[in-house]
Amino acid sequence: MSVGAGSALLLLIRRDLRLSFRRPEQLLQPLVFFLIVTTLFPLGLSLDLATLREVAPGVLWVGALLASLLSLDALFRSDAEDGTLEQLALSGQELTVIVIAKTVAHWLVSGAALVLVSPLIAIALGIPSTVFGTMLTSLALGTLTLSWLGSIGAGLTVGLKRGNVLLSLIVLPLAMPLLIFGAGATDRALAEVSSTGALYLLASLCVFTCTLAPFAAAAALRIALD
Amino acid sequence: MDNGDGLAVEGVHAWRGERHVLKGVSCRVRPGELLHVLGPNGTGKTTLLRVICGLLRPDQGEVRWRGEPIGRIRSEYQRALAYASHEPALKGDLTPLENLTYLVGLKRPVRTPELRAYLERTGVAHCADLPVRVLSAGQRRRVAMARVLAQEALLWLLDEPYTNLDAAGSALLSALLEEHIGGGGIALVVAHHEIGASGARGRLELAA
Repeated sequence: MSVGAGSALLLLIRRDLRLSFRRPEQLLQPLVFFLIVTTLFPLGLSLDLATLREVAPGVLWVGALLASLLSLDALFRSDAEDGTLEQLALSGQELTVIVIAKTVAHWLVSGAALVLVSPLIAIALGIPSTVFGTMLTSLALGTLTLSWLGSIGAGLTVGLKRGNVLLSLIVLPLAMPLLIFGAGATDRALAEVSSTGALYLLASLCVFTCTLAPFAAAAALRIALD
Repeated sequence: MDNGDGLAVEGVHAWRGERHVLKGVSCRVRPGELLHVLGPNGTGKTTLLRVICGLLRPDQGEVRWRGEPIGRIRSEYQRALAYASHEPALKGDLTPLENLTYLVGLKRPVRTPELRAYLERTGVAHCADLPVRVLSAGQRRRVAMARVLAQEALLWLLDEPYTNLDAAGSALLSALLEEHIGGGGIALVVAHHEIGASGARGRLELAA
């Protein structure tokens, strides 16, 4: 009797979540980075809330992008180093299923966690709570898209000893549209203009990457295992 | 065309970078047989095993399982094989039981008591709930062996399985191998010394 792709997906997500919670310091690192970077801006710029509000969406977004990049390198690396990636690749499941499970688990502990703490930072930067809906939606879509893009980069750099810088070079240029539309959406909501257009664009980017990235990342992993 | 019921490796050539590692390796292993792969370091024993399990595509030649090229029946073939690399491939932060649950669980539905029985079999039941990182190298090897058993696979591909095992562990491994091929299984074992198991067996010596 074989195991279906759906149950394999759930099993792998559970495995990766459990592994993450066994190493809480790795879990907290991006969150702490996000909090520190974003709270440094008021100190460097100005303590005036009106001034801060103008740059707040950009600050929030740059902070979130950089924080999620921090943990991307570990996406496949730890499994590749201890040989469990080989075992996963020989498990009779498609590599795309393995990529999807690992990316979703990664997003849950990095991107989703960033989204959850972002209201705290938003309040500190003077963003009114009326904008929170748009801000949270855009951040959720943006970080998820970044995780999909990152899975390709992480797959390509997993064979390198120090792939972190290369990974940023591969992923950050691709993440520019996210930054533009994501910060743009929050900006428009702040100015009380409709932000649906930007949100739809983010959503379409998210759908686009989640359809294609698993195949690209699986192909990259196949090369890395060779 | 070969319609055999076991594993057939036909004229496999493999290059690792600039090095021509496998130079036309051919072998056949039928159910109930063990193939002992030997050779000095660096002669491509691990490469051969990786080619056979399908992780590495040979530059020339073919691997067939029951007469079919393995690329064509990938997931069926992978469910029929259990591969143990020279590293134990366990997650240090997970317990042996969790390691088995997640890896074996991808191949076939498993229950915890069943996995505990396999760990018992390889003599590591008492550390089933400790994180793997606190186990000794020999204990990890035994956990990896339990994982091979738990996959209930027909084809075992074992890379240096005797490393780090004590005398009792080596005897246990030989007994398990004997039982496996006695039950109609197939085993390919890379090992530097003699394998204690009796039964039908072939030798494949790779030269430098």
